[in-house]
Amino acid sequence: MQEEPILRIQHLDLWYGENHALKDVALDIPAHRITALIGPSGCGKSTFLRTLNRMNDLIPGIKISGSLTYRGSEIYDPAQDVTPLRKNIGMVFQKPNPFPMSIYDNVAYGPRTHGIRSRVQLDEIVERSLRSAAIWDEVKDRLKKSALGLSGGQQQRLCIARALAAGPDVLLMDESTSALDPISTSKIEDLAMELKKEYTIVIVTHNMQQAVRVSDRTAFFLLGELIECGDTEKMFSQPADKRTEDYITGRFG
Amino acid sequence: MRVSQLPMRRRVWNLGARVLLYLSAGLTCGLLVLLIGTICARGIRGINWQMLTTAESVLRGTVGILPAIQNTLFVIVLSLLIVLPLGVGAAVYLTEYAKNHRLVSLIEFATETLAGIPSIIYALVGVIIFCTALGLQKTLVSGALTLVIMNLPTIIRSTQESLKTVPQSYREGALALGSGKWHMIRTVVLPSSIDGIVTGSILAIGRVVGESAVLMYTVGLSTAMQDFSSLAAMMKASGATLTVALYIYAKERADFTTAFAIATILLGLTVVINGAAALAGKKLKKV
Ligand SMILES: Nc1ncnc2c1ncn2[C@@H]1O[C@H](COP(=O)(O)OP(=O)(O)OP(=O)(O)O)[C@@H](O)[C@H]1O
Ligand SMILES: [Mg+2]
Repeated sequence: MQEEPILRIQHLDLWYGENHALKDVALDIPAHRITALIGPSGCGKSTFLRTLNRMNDLIPGIKISGSLTYRGSEIYDPAQDVTPLRKNIGMVFQKPNPFPMSIYDNVAYGPRTHGIRSRVQLDEIVERSLRSAAIWDEVKDRLKKSALGLSGGQQQRLCIARALAAGPDVLLMDESTSALDPISTSKIEDLAMELKKEYTIVIVTHNMQQAVRVSDRTAFFLLGELIECGDTEKMFSQPADKRTEDYITGRFG
Repeated sequence: MRVSQLPMRRRVWNLGARVLLYLSAGLTCGLLVLLIGTICARGIRGINWQMLTTAESVLRGTVGILPAIQNTLFVIVLSLLIVLPLGVGAAVYLTEYAKNHRLVSLIEFATETLAGIPSIIYALVGVIIFCTALGLQKTLVSGALTLVIMNLPTIIRSTQESLKTVPQSYREGALALGSGKWHMIRTVVLPSSIDGIVTGSILAIGRVVGESAVLMYTVGLSTAMQDFSSLAAMMKASGATLTVALYIYAKERADFTTAFAIATILLGLTVVINGAAALAGKKLKKV
């Protein structure tokens, strides 16, 4: 790779109390690529993802050591303010979680939080984000209506638009299509592939086909360890590790 | 119908249970109708414009409960102004900020217990603390403060309950967008639990309107016009609220026409307040 990785994780260890959930994980996440995290349930994919935007900070009894950098600056530096960090590293959750407000207010939430008040500017950001999330045409006539009236797939794309509106350059998606039907899923997959031109994307998925379809790089986790990481095509055709092979051929997990 | 095929024993049971259920439903409704009917029938006659808009006059021999209405409003407004920020603030702290879960559950247990204590005990506390120790005497302010103490646990409880119904995913969503904690609470958590908070507060008003024990011992018994023109005057204002006036007219003056008239007004007020609570709850329900 010619570029510096946008996120660099080295010697990451994480404990939930006594539970050693991530063990000496090292991973570089390159810009403008889709990185897929795969692995059996409970192996620490979500935990890993949530360390990247410090969403784990809220959990009592958690302990994190190692070095995580975002564009060269230490994410867990005590002087690091989480507000700009989370503005830069956006997140889309497993279950769509639009706020109980209008579609417009949902998308405008991030920019407003970061101090944008001008109506014109907000209108512009809302429209651009909704267009990027490929949902503009479906909602443009009902921006003032409640977001809770949308279908599950629409809600998830709205959540993507909401994340984009905050102006991130990394987008974390934790099984963001697992609650959706196949059509909505493929819309969001197409969307992700479109978005990687401008954003860096990390997805967690249980679906091997999805990892193959959308990702450029894949990281395989097992019991809190990063077993293998590399180009998706190579990893799925000639895995370096026996355990990776067993997992992707469906022998366990 | 399959009923006819049931064995005899089951059919008798069925019938018995049905009769009992109808009986208890009928009895409850009957009592309610009887109560409301009696009060209104005897009370309506006593209500007239003069009574609602003047103070009583010994000289002219007229009855008037305007002071009682004003006093009631004053007590409601003052106690809500204090108890709402206090109670909602405490609830937000307990559900959103407090880290010590043992302490939180202890406080929750305490508020739950306090919410069930007979109000006469709050009356005694009010007399000891506000009227005597703090030297506020028997004034509307003492009464309002006592009601604050009495309503605080319920407001905390009801606010906490509605805060707990806000899905965790809303909080995570807001934080993940870079929102600070207080900003998240103000823009997402409170707006989506506002219906519960408002309903809780309106029901608290209902309790203030209907409260008698506390007010009887703390607000004084005057039925004369009070002066609300300045802060100093308000601090000194002392007089019966509607429930206390009801007691005075019924017990001390044996003027049952007026007593029932006040009862009718109180009844109407309660209906209005409960209606408002239901309406507000529905109106403010998440978009
Ligand atoms: N909040 C928490 N407190 C304590 N332990 C936790 C917490 N969240 C996760 N864990 C533990 O950390 C380990 C990794 O969990 P994690 O949710 O990251 O797995 P995952 O790979 O995302 O699984 P899944 O595919 O089922 O989502 C598990 O053993 C889990 O029990
Ligand atoms: Mg997970």
